[in-house]
Amino acid sequence: MSLRTTLCAATAMTLVATSGVFAESHSKTITIATVNNGDMIRMQGYTDTFTEQTGIAVEWVTLEENVLRQRVTTDITTKGGAFDIMTIGMYETPIWGANEWLVPLDDLSAEYDVDDILPAMAGGLSHDGTLYAAPFYGESSMVMYRTDLMEAAGLEMPDAPTWEFIREAAAAMTDRDNDINGICLRGKAGWGEGGAFITAMSNSFGARWFDMDWNAQFDTEAWANTLNFYKGMMDESGPSGYATNGFNENLSLFNQGKCGMWIDATVAASFVTGDDSTVADSVSFALAPDNGLGKRSNWLWAWALAIPAGTQQEAEAKQFIEWATSKDYIELVAANEGWANVPPGARTSLYENPDYQAVPFAQMTLDSILSADPTDSTVEPSPYVGIQFAAIPEFAGIATEVSQEFSAAYAGQQSIEEALEKAQAITNEAMEAAGYR
Amino acid sequence: MARAVTTNRKIITSAAAWTIALIIFFPIFWTILTSFKTEAQAINDPPLFFNFDWTLENYAIVQERSDYMKFLWNSVIVAGGSTLLGILIAIPAAWSMAFVPSKRTKDILLWMLSTKMLPAVGVLYPISLIFVEFNLLDTRGGLIVVLMLINLPIIVWMLYTYFREIPGEILEAARMDGATLKEEILYVLTPMAVPGIASTVLLNFILAWNEAFWTLNLTAANAAPLTAFIASYSSPEGLFFAKLSAASTMAIAPILILGWFSQKQLVRGLTFGAVK
Repeated sequence: MSLRTTLCAATAMTLVATSGVFAESHSKTITIATVNNGDMIRMQGYTDTFTEQTGIAVEWVTLEENVLRQRVTTDITTKGGAFDIMTIGMYETPIWGANEWLVPLDDLSAEYDVDDILPAMAGGLSHDGTLYAAPFYGESSMVMYRTDLMEAAGLEMPDAPTWEFIREAAAAMTDRDNDINGICLRGKAGWGEGGAFITAMSNSFGARWFDMDWNAQFDTEAWANTLNFYKGMMDESGPSGYATNGFNENLSLFNQGKCGMWIDATVAASFVTGDDSTVADSVSFALAPDNGLGKRSNWLWAWALAIPAGTQQEAEAKQFIEWATSKDYIELVAANEGWANVPPGARTSLYENPDYQAVPFAQMTLDSILSADPTDSTVEPSPYVGIQFAAIPEFAGIATEVSQEFSAAYAGQQSIEEALEKAQAITNEAMEAAGYR
Repeated sequence: MARAVTTNRKIITSAAAWTIALIIFFPIFWTILTSFKTEAQAINDPPLFFNFDWTLENYAIVQERSDYMKFLWNSVIVAGGSTLLGILIAIPAAWSMAFVPSKRTKDILLWMLSTKMLPAVGVLYPISLIFVEFNLLDTRGGLIVVLMLINLPIIVWMLYTYFREIPGEILEAARMDGATLKEEILYVLTPMAVPGIASTVLLNFILAWNEAFWTLNLTAANAAPLTAFIASYSSPEGLFFAKLSAASTMAIAPILILGWFSQKQLVRGLTFGAVK
């Protein structure tokens, strides 16, 4: 075969193969962008049930959390229309709702019982009192600890511990010879990783990101106290390399019996008591610590389903959201996989259910969620909504840079004073450029 | 005069080459190994090498959860289409630069290459808006065009380098024999540059296959290739390492096999003209 024939054949094959690329999707198909985690994957497994009930087919686009954020943000800001439903969080929802980029969920059916959504969740997913995303599951953060190690240390965990107690317990539980670290905490750079943890922690130390005039507050004693306490405790009782540890690294350490305590998302409770945990039988829970200043160090988050404005499949998308975040869906999962595996933290009725109350972490999860208030998260007044974030579009970029400075300080690459000075400069500069100051 | 190579030097050089090769290959080896572990074994500390219960469970889960063949087909079409389109455009471009250069040829080549120095995210919004405007979002056709444009500077540069090695007199002789421009390129130049064209095709196919920024940002459910397939198994909250490893192994297997079978061609093409 001559070269020309080969080239012609190859070109023809390519044209044939790509000829179907502009085909329209079926009118009864909705496309959902979602995050890769256990609850979302479980939901995908039940999609057939939804399709059987409604005749609406579902296409899933599952992405890693950070990739998903970038992808859906690009899509909604360019009005790309690639998705009929987007999985977004408490950070994006009020901002996008205010920009009218989302369809208001103000006409959900009576059976859906919108008033059953936990008030903290509904508040965080609303703008000006209008719900823009329905929570699929919600979480706060809490202390997960080893009862056997606590007992061996001769201590008893209170339901609502202070940071001083946590530090003391961490030191007592640390056993370097046996590779046991008293405490495991996030230190990894990233606004949703170590940045989220330290921001929530700083609230309990009386710190805040901004004063009422949007001036950065990293030059305050409260921030210095937060970072010095964190680094001091982690250097004493944390795992080596904690500056690069995120949720997964700590989960791995805890499940292998290498952490006495772990303060992180309440959804982790089902992991540390699940089949993959070697310490499942000796885990208990407590509220995230405080410092007696009236604010605890727990955050509030929800992964929620929202409809981008302009979708051609609004009615079908609403049908799916009503199904996926309904009481019936919870019942469906419970019937097939047990109550410990239902999506937590979204509905009041779930916590009134005696079957769910028997789940060991149910009450502490609820208490943690109820003790978090995104509209009043700081000791001193602050101009923003959010606990582990400030719900302004600039926050993700600023907080990512700031958390990189903090992680460098945890790793010993710079002092805490230097990190705070840089954080102050980064934040003020960005806020000035954005026109806040 | 050739330098004498002692046995010791040979042993040291071979050992160094093997060490470097093993270091480079280790992440791939570890990914494949992890794909046969349970999630608990995948995160075990100390890491488990071979002393674990091997399982195919992750592959079964990945197969059940994702339509692998759809992602694979999209990868083949997008990588193949963009490479082919790129070659069709680059051969005449490289011919003109190599055999009828102008005063600005070098500047044009450098300018083309400079487009590779721009961070992709810098043009994410303009490209996305163009895609929305022309209805190209989540289409393989759109992705083929973008990947072709991204790799075009490399394709032109590589072909230009190979073409420069071919004596211009041969083309001149063809012209004197009455060959048209099309015939000169198609029947004289191209057959002589086959090793170079083959290695360019292979390298660009691999680059397009592995491209993960545009393929993730411009696709959704229809045109997503294997990079999106891998991304769907990564998670900062929850243990998916073993499943992610299984998905990664399935995604890299076709290109590893292709690379293995075509390594002679690849090396010959990449070193073409390197030693004179």
